[in-house]
Amino acid sequence: MPVVEVSYSRLQGMAGAPKTKIAEALPFLGLDIESEDGDSVRIEYSPNRPDYSTDVGIALGLQGLLGTKTGEVRLGVKNTARYSITARPGVSGVRPFVTGIAAVGGRVDDAMIRQLMAMQEDLHLGLGRRRARSSIGIHDLDCISFPLTYTVAGRDHSFVPLNSGEPSSVAEILEHTKVGQDYGRILGNSGRVPVILDSDSATVSLPPIINAAATTVTTKTKNLLVEVTGTGKRDIEGVLAIVAVALQGFGFSLESVKVSGAGNSTPKLQPRRASVKASLVQDTLGIDIGAARIASCLKKSRLGAYAKGGTIECAIPPYRLDIFGPMDLVEEAALGYGIQNLTPLVSPSQTVGGKSAFVEGLGAVDRAMVGLGYMEALNSCLTNPGTLYGMAGRKPGDPLSVMDSKSGEHTALRDLLLPGLLENLSRNIHAQYPQRLYETGSVFARGSPVSESTSLCAVTAHKDANFSEAKSALKSALKAVFGLDITTRTSSHPTLEQGRCASVVLGGDVVGVAGEVSSGVLENHKIRVPVAAFEVSLSGHLPQAPKPRERH
Amino acid sequence: MSQVFHDIERKIILSLRSNPGQDLGGLASSAGLSPDQARRGVEWLRLKGLASVSETGSTSLSLGKNGTEALELGLPERRLLDALAGGPKQVRELQSNLGGAFGAAMGLAKKNGWIGVKGGTISLANAPRDLPGEGSLKKIGAGKVPRESLDEADLAGLLARPDYVVRDVQKAKTVTLTPAAAKVGVESPQGAIDVEADVPAAQMAKTHPLKDTINEVREIFTTLGFAEIVGGMAQPCFWNFDALFTPQDHPAREMQDTFYLQGMAARKVATPEQIRNVSKSHKDNWLYAWDVAEARRMVLRTHTTCVTIKHLAETKPDEARVFSLGRVFRNEKVSYKHLVEFNQVEGVVAGRGTTLRDLMGIQREFYRRMGLTRVKFWPTFFPYTEPSLQTMVYNERLGKWVELFGMGIFRPEVTRPLGIKGQVLAWGGGIERIAMLRYGLDDVREFYANDLGWLRGAVPCR
Repeated sequence: MPVVEVSYSRLQGMAGAPKTKIAEALPFLGLDIESEDGDSVRIEYSPNRPDYSTDVGIALGLQGLLGTKTGEVRLGVKNTARYSITARPGVSGVRPFVTGIAAVGGRVDDAMIRQLMAMQEDLHLGLGRRRARSSIGIHDLDCISFPLTYTVAGRDHSFVPLNSGEPSSVAEILEHTKVGQDYGRILGNSGRVPVILDSDSATVSLPPIINAAATTVTTKTKNLLVEVTGTGKRDIEGVLAIVAVALQGFGFSLESVKVSGAGNSTPKLQPRRASVKASLVQDTLGIDIGAARIASCLKKSRLGAYAKGGTIECAIPPYRLDIFGPMDLVEEAALGYGIQNLTPLVSPSQTVGGKSAFVEGLGAVDRAMVGLGYMEALNSCLTNPGTLYGMAGRKPGDPLSVMDSKSGEHTALRDLLLPGLLENLSRNIHAQYPQRLYETGSVFARGSPVSESTSLCAVTAHKDANFSEAKSALKSALKAVFGLDITTRTSSHPTLEQGRCASVVLGGDVVGVAGEVSSGVLENHKIRVPVAAFEVSLSGHLPQAPKPRERH
Repeated sequence: MSQVFHDIERKIILSLRSNPGQDLGGLASSAGLSPDQARRGVEWLRLKGLASVSETGSTSLSLGKNGTEALELGLPERRLLDALAGGPKQVRELQSNLGGAFGAAMGLAKKNGWIGVKGGTISLANAPRDLPGEGSLKKIGAGKVPRESLDEADLAGLLARPDYVVRDVQKAKTVTLTPAAAKVGVESPQGAIDVEADVPAAQMAKTHPLKDTINEVREIFTTLGFAEIVGGMAQPCFWNFDALFTPQDHPAREMQDTFYLQGMAARKVATPEQIRNVSKSHKDNWLYAWDVAEARRMVLRTHTTCVTIKHLAETKPDEARVFSLGRVFRNEKVSYKHLVEFNQVEGVVAGRGTTLRDLMGIQREFYRRMGLTRVKFWPTFFPYTEPSLQTMVYNERLGKWVELFGMGIFRPEVTRPLGIKGQVLAWGGGIERIAMLRYGLDDVREFYANDLGWLRGAVPCR
């Protein structure tokens, strides 16, 4: 979850409440306090609320919950006709939509720039889907001569990019800069790339990669231009609204940018209308409150709301992209009501509970193995080929593998339990012997597409461990739990010693192996006592077991 | 009948009764035991509180190299005084007379006022007949003497001089019976053994502590009226993500969070109607082109919700309480608080009259049965539930609130496309975190280390 670091004193000023009240209220906005250090507090917010990525956004929420200011937050956008962007048809096939807004008369300082950049980064990552769906450029308005054109240029188009003193071509930027390498693929292989040019044909931005150096925002900047480009008009206008409400919070006045051309139009940034029935709120939350009270709860969540009969009509500010339908309004009502005011109910159950027969079956296996003196071990299903094959003396196989694992220990699904138990013995060579371990668990194989079955494996390690002991435990366990009689047939297995290894046979089918672990494998694991083992498939004997069946 | 003693113990007790306070060597011979038997027997009795061992040390003294020289020639200060006996002398003269001992002798004699110094001339002043240390030097020179036989004040000056006196320390252990030993009877019937003696711990086989916690959780779910359902760990994206309203370009679906199975896709993931409806829900709400090929890719499930939602989609119950418990997977860096594979439980409640407050009540009851009584609820966000809450539980050992299970009501965007009518409450979370509280662990990896030392001794905190 994303985290924003803000100061209590600034929140106090904006929310009009003392620190203790603010600290108490934050969790009930859905914001977790990750850590506090004097005046500074690190707040974790949910990815569906990027408007909480700045302190001004959090302050709007606090004002509502603490009752200082309730109702919808309006974006005051002045229409000056001073700024405009025209999109050319060429962008339609590349990155079709553009929008923007001017923010004037604010004070830009380091703290504000830092918050704005963090918000931009969060929006790029989340709603922007790593800039593929939308990306934001923030510029010094006074360095730009209007009107702007959103158009396409060739890859040889050249300008001075942000944080550089030299002109570079688009191709060079995509190849040599970090942002170019990270996001260049969004532009595909087309020879034409989107650019925003000003009236002097100077480059303002190469969306979604980088801005021009000429419009860099510094602490001397007074007025800002925010432009957002992307693949969907609703998406980019939502993102624009989130940035706009933050800038308004930072003390800027908003002025509209006229957008036209190639299916584009000026953003309205008006609240959406939505409604929710009082009965839905009552039935979902389990509280008996009237429509008027629900409306006041919704207002505390900074929405516009008024009761009309049994329905609450709402106005949803354009930056609240997380609200899809009535159920989202129910949640907003619950937050406004205060989760701490909802008392838990215990209602009697009309249903009959029970464990799955599959799990009951495994429980019986547990009891049998423990009764035979075996300690249960638990290993991950996701392991690695080294443990599965090399260490167990097996030829490298073709296990089901996962892509791009962050842990080298966990790259492949196990096809046997025995390698894991041998590894456990190897880590316990200093513990007291005898050591007897067992595990029940899933093993995996290619099926259509994946076959998952349940096996039982056991190892016994001590100076007198031998085949007979392992076979005897297996025979007793399967007899006791399933009433099955196994037999063994001479065979071989790469983990087990030649001449001391058998297939386990049940009604003519081979269901597993038993034997003494080979000296080579023991050496791999630095185990200095004899080890005998067995592993059998339980699928087919456990009720409702996920059999090695076709899973869709 | 009284406690039974080992024959060795019996012999020691009898010997000490007739002759209290013996050293170990003497005890061994008087009791007819080997020194090793005596040592072990005394140790056993000591542990039983029947014997005590006091250690005493005695020091005897003999002369070192410098001491022997002083015995022969006299102490340096004595030689100085002797040299002055014939009248005052010049410093230079005394220096050549006394050699290396001159400095120390002068210092001592001056400090004690035995001599007077005037210019370069030194003369006798108030020198006593016997100098300090001379008596002790003589006695020690006569042979090894116990330290306590000497006058401490007289000895101190000698001990301070390098290599004058050599200390020889001898330690002796004296064994005595405690008052409790006076009353014990030492004769026992033939063949009697000491049933009060400690024994080594038996190595007991048992199920894994994590499994025990899992079973405890499972038991509570069943007593709350929930029936268990099971499902596979490898799932098509459709049930793990798409059916749960997670858009296909959502960051949570990226490979860096989710384990995709290399080259694996399901041929058939759901009914044509389910696919059509889920596709429409995504297109209408998330505004993108939903792709069935993406939904076919196989992943290791990231939650057990895929099992419960599929069950609900297949059975469409009017009323139900079901739960699913098992391993789930996240592509994370392994650390003391994160595993790539862990256990999760999830329960769902379907039917009329299922409100958020009912869900909170079930949660509170669940925790109460787990022995966790300080519980509070905070709002949170999950992609497929609305409203969503998380539970915070107070842990005494850590002295703080710990985030445990999450819960919420399935979004209509999840339930409607699958034909599930009415509200469905869902709640659950990771079990390792509860098990960590139970076993007082701070490192979750401990559960999968299968360290026999820990497994054999693990006891839940109460």
